[in-house]
Amino acid sequence: MKRMFFQNARVLDPASNLDVVGGLLVENGKIADLGPNLGDPPPDAEVLDCKGLCLSPGLVDIRVHLCEPGEEHKETIDGLSASAAKGGITTLVGLPNTEPPIDDAAVVEFVARRAREVRGVKIFVYGAATKGFDGKRLTEMGLLKEAGARAFTDGNIAIADAMMMRRVLSYASGFDALVIQHPEEPTLTASAVATEGEFATRLGLSAAPAAAEVMMVERDIRLVEMTGARYHAAHISTAAAVDKIAEAKSRGLNVSADTAPAYFALNETEILQYRTFSKLSPPLRSEDDRRSIVEALKAGTIDVIASDHWPQDQESKRLPFAQANPGAVGVETLLPVCLELVHKGEIELLDLLGKLTVNPAKLLGLPGGSLKKGGPADIVVFDIDRPFKVDSDKLNSKSKNSAFDGRPVQGMIMVTMVDGRIVYDGRIT
Amino acid sequence: MIMPSAESLSSRHLIGIEGLSPAEIGLLLDLSDRYVDFNRSANKKGDALRGRTIINVFFENSTRTRTSFELAGKRLGADVINISPEVSSVRKGETLLDTALTLDAMHADLLVVRHPESGAVGLISQKVRCSVVNGGDGAHEHPTQALLDALAIRRRKGKLSGLIVAICGDILHSRVARSNMILLRTMGAEVRLVAPRTLLPAEVERYGVTVHSNLSEGLKDADIVMMLRLQQERMRGSFVPSTTEYFRFFGLDSQKLAMAKPDALIMHPGPMNRGVEIDSDVADDINRSLIQEQVEMGVAVRMACLDLLTRDLTGNEGPAE
Repeated sequence: MKRMFFQNARVLDPASNLDVVGGLLVENGKIADLGPNLGDPPPDAEVLDCKGLCLSPGLVDIRVHLCEPGEEHKETIDGLSASAAKGGITTLVGLPNTEPPIDDAAVVEFVARRAREVRGVKIFVYGAATKGFDGKRLTEMGLLKEAGARAFTDGNIAIADAMMMRRVLSYASGFDALVIQHPEEPTLTASAVATEGEFATRLGLSAAPAAAEVMMVERDIRLVEMTGARYHAAHISTAAAVDKIAEAKSRGLNVSADTAPAYFALNETEILQYRTFSKLSPPLRSEDDRRSIVEALKAGTIDVIASDHWPQDQESKRLPFAQANPGAVGVETLLPVCLELVHKGEIELLDLLGKLTVNPAKLLGLPGGSLKKGGPADIVVFDIDRPFKVDSDKLNSKSKNSAFDGRPVQGMIMVTMVDGRIVYDGRIT
Repeated sequence: MIMPSAESLSSRHLIGIEGLSPAEIGLLLDLSDRYVDFNRSANKKGDALRGRTIINVFFENSTRTRTSFELAGKRLGADVINISPEVSSVRKGETLLDTALTLDAMHADLLVVRHPESGAVGLISQKVRCSVVNGGDGAHEHPTQALLDALAIRRRKGKLSGLIVAICGDILHSRVARSNMILLRTMGAEVRLVAPRTLLPAEVERYGVTVHSNLSEGLKDADIVMMLRLQQERMRGSFVPSTTEYFRFFGLDSQKLAMAKPDALIMHPGPMNRGVEIDSDVADDINRSLIQEQVEMGVAVRMACLDLLTRDLTGNEGPAE
């Protein structure tokens, strides 16, 4: 069996708090050895000289819109896998809002089969929490979980009814399953396309108060307390919600949260030219809220950063702002945008990488996310300093709707490896 | 355990298992045992209740329980009549208590009442001079069911104390589960509940039971497996996603039953939903299933209850108020 030896790398493993110059040996798709004193490469191994570049566990992205099945004109499993690999992602988890929705075990199996055929990055899915996201009927969580669903969520639809959310949490807890909420009070956000405030007012856009987020988080925390369930709040974007999550954690509740790069790298001024690529769900927030998300990442209140990758084709975005679909692609820009926090001195590299690798892997019980002997060789090699400009035309994704188009960033993926297979090689280009 | 013996019940009503002492339960079960033998003999007509009038008042549909009470009363020589809301003045707007007082005024000696609302039978018992037996009230209690279950178990296992009893299924909506939990705990059995979390009432552990979400785990080393019906008619909204999923995780089949003791017995208060909470192979296994025996015990237990409750009854023998 082929062996591969990564030499002269800055080996970074957030799980073991490791940051040393050394090497890593891959054998049979697994990590055979790693550390500072590996000596000369074995004679039969293919040597990959990292020349001081960073080597870390491959990224684990827990919030991705799959588009396949149902919206293959926006993205396919093939395109998604290629795009994620280019972003250094080795494992991703797809939301259930496909067509048909993933509210039936057969759709879980369909995506798993497509991922096997593509043989790129590892692709898992969530199951819907309610059938057809109707907010009224529980899904067969037991059967979905057996088929491979990693957690339960209604994707970008909030589970609004309090009694239903209570039952979702209760029922899921019986299967020790995590419930992921898109936290917003839908009766406040119904026709909103932006965050309420001066900017939305001047633009004449229908807007919802930022408090719609914390209202749902607060309610959910009460229900978590009642049911003892495991709860995760997705793409947290406001200071108020961060406070409530911190408080719930300090009370020992099983609560966690993620955010997406847009919510710590951008603010509501992005929509000033009615730029539909910056129309997101939840909408971009005020500068104060953006700042609070950075602080929450530093404090550890937010456990995970996920891309919130949501491909939209031209027809869905070249529209008046209110009519355009929300969402932006994000798997390819995830790491470079996150690294801004390191370059600005806001957060330590290992701490940041933890939110992109071991934390999400642990949360959902996913493979990879750490460098350990015998573990899967899911690895990314990146040049932390190399600058480039985000060019949405050059994205691997079928859809080009990046909210970061034209942004100068630092940090380029060089090699992505999944189970010992190189799925992206940026050294040639 | 040596139990203090009781010779009579402390109340003229039987509203719930709650409040009955171990000695009273023992007395009822001992007398029931004698009525089992009586019912198996050729002459099934006694006279302990000769001259007494029993009215079965069922505000909720029932075949099994009503027939069982009717037979029990008739075998003891009482006059038994049945009324149900469809044919009664309840349809004409009469309140529950007025209906009860009307029957009381006709010098009924005992009312057997079933009602969809918890507490309704207790309410009647506070207002009438006759005896009242609860034939099931809402999700509160169904005392004669718990007694007949206990009798069936005791006759097969020789005891109740120390047995492991798993009660599985829709606990939330079940009065049978509540009465059984109280009786079995009172008599010293270990009780485990197995159900989806959506079908467990809050703080149910306070009954002194343990709670499990995994059927195989809850059945481990159980002596008795008591399956409950999924009461879909009482469910408002979604408690379980589908009967397919329910059967897969909470339905009893021979594979899951293998976790219980090799001589574990299966019970079900009926009516059964085959393929939902119980597999036919298991329900019909004559070596393991007590389900038919439960029905037989039901008549005997109800005879014992009617007998004991009317023995010293003098309250309703004067002029109507």
